Amino acid sequence: MNYLPLTETDRQEMLADLGVKNFEDLIRVIPEKLRLKDLNLPSGTNELDLTRELRELSAGNQSTAQALSFLGGGYYEHFIPSIINHVISRSEFYTAYTPYQAEASQGTLQTIFEYQSMIAELTGMDISNASNYDGASATAEAALLALRHTGRNKVLVARTLHPEYRETIRTYCFGSHFDIVDVPFDAAGKLDQAALVSLLKDDVAALIVASPNFLGLVEDFEGVAKKVHDAGALFIMSVNPLSLGLFKSPGEWGADIAVGEGQSLGIPMSLGGPGLGFFAVKKELLRKIPGRLVGMTKDRNGHRCFALTLQAREQHIRREKAGSNICTNHALLALAASVYLAAMGKEGLRKVAEYNVRSSVYLREQLAKIKGFEVPFKGSVFNEFVLKSAKKSPTEIVQKLQAQNIFAGLELGEFYPELKDSLLVCATETKTKAELDRFIDAMRAVS
Amino acid sequence: MNFPSNLKYTKSHEWGRQDGAKIVVGITEYAQHELSDVVYVELPKIGQEVKQGVACCIVESVKAAFDIYAPISGKIVEINKKLESDPALINRDPYGDGWFFAITPSNVNELNNLMPAAGYEEMLAQGAK
Amino acid sequence: MNQNVSLIFEKSRPGKRGFSIPEKHFSDLDVKALVEPNLLRKQSAELPSVSEPEIVRHFVTLSQKNFSVDTNFYPLGSCTMKYNPKLNEDVARFEGFAQLHPYQPEETIQGALNLMFDLEGALKEITGMDRFTLQPAAGAHGELAGMMLVKAYHDSRKDFKRTQVIVPDSSHGTNPASAALFGFSVVTVKSDERGRVNLAELKKLVGPETACLMLTNPNTLGLFEDEIQQIQKAVHDAGGLLYYDGANMNALLGLARPGDMGFDIVHLNLHKTFSTPHGGGGPGAGPVGVKERLVPFLPAPLVDKKDGKYVLNYDIPQSIGRLRSFYGNFGMLIRAYTFIRRHGREGLNQTSRDAILNANYVKKKVEKHFVVPHAEFCMHEFVAQAVKQNDLGVHATDIAKRLLDFGFHAPTIYFPLIVPEAMMIEPTESESKETLDKFVDAMNVIADEAVDFPDRLRQAPFTLIISRPDDVLAARQPVLTFKDYQAAEHLHLQNQPVGVPVHVE
Repeated sequence: MNYLPLTETDRQEMLADLGVKNFEDLIRVIPEKLRLKDLNLPSGTNELDLTRELRELSAGNQSTAQALSFLGGGYYEHFIPSIINHVISRSEFYTAYTPYQAEASQGTLQTIFEYQSMIAELTGMDISNASNYDGASATAEAALLALRHTGRNKVLVARTLHPEYRETIRTYCFGSHFDIVDVPFDAAGKLDQAALVSLLKDDVAALIVASPNFLGLVEDFEGVAKKVHDAGALFIMSVNPLSLGLFKSPGEWGADIAVGEGQSLGIPMSLGGPGLGFFAVKKELLRKIPGRLVGMTKDRNGHRCFALTLQAREQHIRREKAGSNICTNHALLALAASVYLAAMGKEGLRKVAEYNVRSSVYLREQLAKIKGFEVPFKGSVFNEFVLKSAKKSPTEIVQKLQAQNIFAGLELGEFYPELKDSLLVCATETKTKAELDRFIDAMRAVS
Repeated sequence: MNFPSNLKYTKSHEWGRQDGAKIVVGITEYAQHELSDVVYVELPKIGQEVKQGVACCIVESVKAAFDIYAPISGKIVEINKKLESDPALINRDPYGDGWFFAITPSNVNELNNLMPAAGYEEMLAQGAK
Repeated sequence: MNQNVSLIFEKSRPGKRGFSIPEKHFSDLDVKALVEPNLLRKQSAELPSVSEPEIVRHFVTLSQKNFSVDTNFYPLGSCTMKYNPKLNEDVARFEGFAQLHPYQPEETIQGALNLMFDLEGALKEITGMDRFTLQPAAGAHGELAGMMLVKAYHDSRKDFKRTQVIVPDSSHGTNPASAALFGFSVVTVKSDERGRVNLAELKKLVGPETACLMLTNPNTLGLFEDEIQQIQKAVHDAGGLLYYDGANMNALLGLARPGDMGFDIVHLNLHKTFSTPHGGGGPGAGPVGVKERLVPFLPAPLVDKKDGKYVLNYDIPQSIGRLRSFYGNFGMLIRAYTFIRRHGREGLNQTSRDAILNANYVKKKVEKHFVVPHAEFCMHEFVAQAVKQNDLGVHATDIAKRLLDFGFHAPTIYFPLIVPEAMMIEPTESESKETLDKFVDAMNVIADEAVDFPDRLRQAPFTLIISRPDDVLAARQPVLTFKDYQAAEHLHLQNQPVGVPVHVE
């Protein structure tokens, strides 16, 4: 095995050094009854044959590079600049450990500091942590933070928050006395304000909304923060960070916590993971934020440097008294997001966001013109929208277009029974006008 | 180490001092030394009800976070706001400017459950053995 | 010498750009007309404007300020910093894997589901468990899932009194944190003088309130819990479950299986035993395996095979729910699968054998200068103590920092918490005898320095770009963003301009 540096001679010498005859003598402590004779697995494979085998396995998939995909719903196909893969392929980054030894980790620490700075800027918050697992778990941790912070026991969740995020929040609260209550959406596909008012009682720890919401709509949250704060609760927004190049930030809407999935920021889809959960708060919540934080400080010689800080909050010190058990951050993907944001800059991010809006609005308008299709929710969108099909079932449309190598969109019926006639269709900057037109033609043919 | 004789002590290293109708609370010199540099204190809220021996406040150093237990049951009536901007006061002056909060006790007799300075010192000495 | 790299924000100049995207598509559509005005951002995010070559140099220069497995030996106990095979990286980037949308129709992701199915099969065989969920994103995430499974199991039996989770005092900090986060009360069982769970005490602690025992085996002292069969019986007889923290699984591949030891739930850290890279802190992956009686509670979906096709099975009525979006950190699953396929049955077994041999070899060689509390062969790691050095005013942290000057990453220090001045050393199978000898030499030189030049150790390191950050300052006056830094005058005073060498004594 070429990954193992010890030679047979080394092994014999080392065993002799240890005063034993063979390896078995080292592990006599394992009761004989528990000793495994052999693993029932295939033998190892050489690199060349294994590459062939895995290449073939990957060919058993139809990737979005081969198909024309209009799938969204929390994970998106975006353009990834070449430099990102080159930077995160630096093995000094990807084979490094968590930066507990600051002197040996200034590279990772500084990149995380820059990441925290950019996420805080983008979300309009004061502080960002070093990242969480994904958007769903970050949103669930935000709910837990609010429950702890307020000492209350109920969280209101917009029903238009990603259904899998809502399920994750429920799972995180499984077995507890916490109550997770959905706030319905109105006829326009937006947060039902009347329902919100009636639910906002003094047992509510937080309201969680999404922007854009799962139906693709960017909502006007004017006044919502005030209502929530007046009720003594926290306002939590789960946002697509790429949309913030153009749309109002959670900070501008008055949110206390901004979380979300950072996959849009230069991270490949990889069937849904690993992605990047981001978590940013107002400074009042600094001590409550879960996960790692990197701070700038001075070293022994007075030079500026970086170190993990406020660690006393974390599990390895507080053990059962920690506010969260998280001891990972998706550092390498936070790095990818940092490189993406540095490359895009303020101007590039706005341009990409605008491209997404133009592309999806064009597609929405063209599809709405086709007889048999309609757009039930008319509000502003970022890069996806709901398309209702009057005659053909979404399943039939998806299947027919799949035969033409097109992923037409996500069937909404499995998430919202009342939208069983609808598809969630997404168009990002990866699509040219010609590709959109090809899709429109194909849709016309099946309508 | 200095353990003033006018204070009463808990096993968990808090001290309490009767000041009129209220009990002022802090941590001992031994505790601040063990904690090392205090970086943050999460104080209880004014009006909060506390129970003797139950945690009501958190103090953090770089290395560790510790709960502070109420030395007596009652209601929090004052907190030392200065600790929020200058937590090092706890290290510099644990019995003076480094106080944490004050309680109006619901049953002042509970003070009898605490130790006098000599008893606390004896406890520390035994722990060191 | 100050070799600070300026922040990316400090490199920003108006007019520079690092992006290149098509700008003409749909340029006839005016965004202002497409979006309600009140939704538009007023305060723009102050992201840096930097050109591509400057961005690349910035990050590549930063990468050089890191230790990493590819450049340094990391004897980090319980972290298993083994070599991360390059093939794994290439495979995870295959277009047919990396460019898959999670909501693609099942027919179009058969290869991916096949890989997940086979990975699960291999993990089942390696651990002796009946089913795995691949969903958890990390070990701690797996532990959280495990705690939920424990509760779901007891609840399903209407056994609602089981509120306690027992952990040894040597356990990883995540164990009690996971249990408490989920609302269990944590009961600690002491270790005995042999460094194992004190069986007599455990027997006293278990009872009708015991939900489960969380155990690492080999434990964090690198010792195999040789009374595991009795431990297992004590917990099961009391109606509790056994949870296996797989952090130390690298010791047991092909040698013994948690499933055979009687564990009901197992989490694995794919970023440890199965070589997916640590990435400077993540992403990882923490699959959770269970015995048959806990299968009904696993998170949905599971990957099943039906009529020759792979399917995502969401029909798990008693499922605890889901712990995250989609199916898991698939990119990490690919890497772990590749690792398992490359090694096969013999290779995996040899991996653990070499890891154990390396640990024992280093242990024997450092015993001369450092106290090693348990005089017996260890498994894949061991704990040494800087207690002799402590008498000279030198601590484990000083030894750790000084090791950096020799080009070695520090061991895990001050852990487990029950061992004073602990240095936990895990060489893994990836290190050559030559590297181990050099590491031992460095440890011995440092032990001599502790006697002759203790001050040197207290100030170390000397060869890296910084030395001993002021953690107290960092925590008392948190500077967590560039904006904080701009407002933080205390950090500007002694900051040297970039590139100006500073004399160091």
